Amino acid sequence: MDKILKDSKKSLEFVYDFYLKMKKNNINLAYEGEITHQITKAFTSLTENNMIRDEDYSSVQKKVFHVMVECLQNISKHADNQFNFVSSKDGRGIFLVSKDEAEYNVTTGNVVKNEKIDELNKMLEHINQLDRVNLNILYKQKIKEGRLSEKGGAGLGFIDIARKTGQKLVYSFVKIDEEKSFFVLTSTISRLKDAK
Amino acid sequence: MLQPIKIQGTDDTPKVILDPTPGNPIFEISGRSLPEDVVAFYEPILEWLDEYTGEPLEKTIFDFKLEYFNTASSKLLLDVLLKLEDMYDDGHDVLVRWHYPEDDEDMEEAGEEYADIVEVPFEQVSYEVD
Repeated sequence: MDKILKDSKKSLEFVYDFYLKMKKNNINLAYEGEITHQITKAFTSLTENNMIRDEDYSSVQKKVFHVMVECLQNISKHADNQFNFVSSKDGRGIFLVSKDEAEYNVTTGNVVKNEKIDELNKMLEHINQLDRVNLNILYKQKIKEGRLSEKGGAGLGFIDIARKTGQKLVYSFVKIDEEKSFFVLTSTISRLKDAK
Repeated sequence: MLQPIKIQGTDDTPKVILDPTPGNPIFEISGRSLPEDVVAFYEPILEWLDEYTGEPLEKTIFDFKLEYFNTASSKLLLDVLLKLEDMYDDGHDVLVRWHYPEDDEDMEEAGEEYADIVEVPFEQVSYEVD
């Protein structure tokens, strides 16, 4: 009996600790699990309502909406699911939205195979080196040449996030084991009106 | 005559009207586009346009009035525009009107981008939002 009490106390402490950490980091939304189309719709509409309530500029609202959609679709289409021992068509990952006075941050994390890291890394580095004009050129080139990949992904998401937010993509790969890593990506959207 | 397509808009799919009724033709894609299966959504539209291209009206005015579209939709929208380009290449009269909210630079730029990519008469139209 003592052990059960102790365990449940621990779990309550964990919840409170988790709550404090969310508050401290200004996290408005945190989720771990499958990213389905329904989840994407629910999160974007929830965040949209909050932004309307907080009277964010409509240009900011649109950018946040856009970044959320692209980030969620990246997980849903590209997370490597086979490590989760579930056969689902939708990818799994963690999804966070935080905000302070100056900006919104949209963070995603998902498992990727190590063999994919090189290519992903190169793509993101390349995007981060480009200015707005060159991002536009790259976008146009990709949209013209690329047919949809078999998963329906466009590879355009990262480019579009970079040019719409005007900020560098912040990302890292945390090695899990020989086979896979955890890919974390944060996009930042300024809450100022004409921030590019 | 080709049967018109009329699709009601939802919070993640656009309203689509493809109606070649002489005297009152409407060609329009408007609203939000982030369908769960973007290819499945646009396929019937592209097929319809393929058929229409064979025997189009004397003049086809195609209105895009999108509030939002995701990058997955952007390629399919380009496919729609490329069909209109084909029609124009075949000597038909085609005009694309790209409507954007006057305060939405990103949507305005998206129109400019498409206008750069496809060779078809292209008009940018800004509208007021309340």
